[in-house]
Amino acid sequence: MNKSAASTIMKHVFLVFIFITMLGPFIWMLSVAFKEFGDVFTYPPAIIPPSVRWQNFPDVFAAFPFARFIFNSGIVTILRVIGTIITSTMAGYAFARLEFPGRDSIFLLYLATLMVPFQVVMIPLFIIMRHLGWVDSYQALIVPGIFQAFGTFLCRQFFLTIPKSLEESAFIDGASFWTIFVRIIMPLVKPAVATLSVLTFLWSWNDFLWPLIVIDSLKLNTLTLGIASFQGQYYTQWNLLMAGVTISIIPTVVVYLLAQKWFVEGIAMSGVKY
Amino acid sequence: MKKLFSASKSLKKQQAIAGYLFILPNFVGFLAFIFVPLLWSLGISLFNWNLIEPAKFIGAGNYLRMFKDPLFRKTLYNTLYYTLTSVPLVIVLGLLLAVLVNGVRRLTMTYRLAIFLPYLIPMVGAALIWQSIYMPNFGILDYIFDLLGLPILPWLTSPSWAMPAIVVMSVWKGIGFTFIIFLAGLQGIPGMYYEAAEIDGANGIQQFFKITLPLLTPTIFFAVVITFIDSLKVFDQAFVLTAGGPANATKTTVYYLYEQGFQYLRMGYASAVGWFLLVVIFLITLLQFVYQRKWVTYE
Repeated sequence: MNKSAASTIMKHVFLVFIFITMLGPFIWMLSVAFKEFGDVFTYPPAIIPPSVRWQNFPDVFAAFPFARFIFNSGIVTILRVIGTIITSTMAGYAFARLEFPGRDSIFLLYLATLMVPFQVVMIPLFIIMRHLGWVDSYQALIVPGIFQAFGTFLCRQFFLTIPKSLEESAFIDGASFWTIFVRIIMPLVKPAVATLSVLTFLWSWNDFLWPLIVIDSLKLNTLTLGIASFQGQYYTQWNLLMAGVTISIIPTVVVYLLAQKWFVEGIAMSGVKY
Repeated sequence: MKKLFSASKSLKKQQAIAGYLFILPNFVGFLAFIFVPLLWSLGISLFNWNLIEPAKFIGAGNYLRMFKDPLFRKTLYNTLYYTLTSVPLVIVLGLLLAVLVNGVRRLTMTYRLAIFLPYLIPMVGAALIWQSIYMPNFGILDYIFDLLGLPILPWLTSPSWAMPAIVVMSVWKGIGFTFIIFLAGLQGIPGMYYEAAEIDGANGIQQFFKITLPLLTPTIFFAVVITFIDSLKVFDQAFVLTAGGPANATKTTVYYLYEQGFQYLRMGYASAVGWFLLVVIFLITLLQFVYQRKWVTYE
């Protein structure tokens, strides 16, 4: 056996170890999620449940409005993604392509807020929600989340890389800016739209602090908030708790498998954020 | 000529109107939910305000009080402890894994999925999974430590082990981010450098330190800045896993901000903590950008 084959095998051995370590917690989660309550407390702990209990999953849905949580997270995430895409691409186009007085100063304002942590604005944001009567509502979960300087910045940078010639010929043909934006620009920036959608999906779906602050009633809990409240009530029922966590993770895994490429590129690009 | 001029003038006007209309929806939201709240929180931080009684101006009072509060100082220490342990770990391990995965041809998608997956799931879910891993007496970690002949540690119940437990969990969760960034960086290094080094007889370790590492410094810099800033905002895992305890051992600065603002309704005080955080993040970013010239190699 030559040296390079030996080193490849060594690498794979190491990577398989990493693979098991990284997936281990998920395997443990599934193991507990399918156990009988009594089997959770045995030593040594069994990885394969002595008796598989599927009933844990219906039990979770019966004990807590998990279906409602999934619906809440879903609707909030979908509307945030749509809102972010529409407003960010429009503004990004204007900042990249249209000339108007004050454009660069306004863009500078956006840039200045890129690294502002959410924790700094969340207190006035909460007060604004109170004034609007939006505390404990879907609006509070959706509307503020649509606006982040990062999306606009990402779109602008992407629009700058598109050659101007296409728009110019359409313009000479008498097309309006709106037509140019919808018909010519948007089809060209699919990668930017995909990247921003994926990132907004992740931020929205995984968000915890803002729902924790602004939501009171159980029926408006998002999935992350709901699972935390579930823990508060069922903290000793590990099997039900892990079944709940499993449910909360499945949508992310499914979306990831469907849009793998954009996740990887989006995350690698999200660095532009700072 | 005159006609052309006026046409271009009206065109300019038309373009300006279009420009304003295009940014309008975004700009209104930006002002209402980002810019105004940002300045407003600075304003609130100068007042004593509990949302119910009228706000009372106290100048820098909140800032002075903050530094006198031993609990606030403890949260700073906790946050710094978290940052200075988790950031080096996710950077070094993320780089190591990226180099390994980049160095094999088979199964890369499978490895990538396993390393990246924890990063994608909600922090709340990850924290709960680890809570069951750390479960005393019946948890899998106790069992593994037992098998390896290591001492059984009181992970979440002891003030000295709770923060390390959160760090371990967060490194598992966060490593996928640095891994993906480094993998993208590695794929951007032209193969000819390695071919040339190969001809010169450089071994793998030499190649790593002489080619990979120097060419990757911009990516490393970028990953350090982001993970550093991100770790200063640590909250979710401390909230879910340990509720800031035991004995405030895992109470982080953002946790403190949340508690002061939304449990004690000290709006002004919590805003001051927020602005302190903002200034720290700003200074660190600035510092890192100044120092990057010393060690970052751009091609």
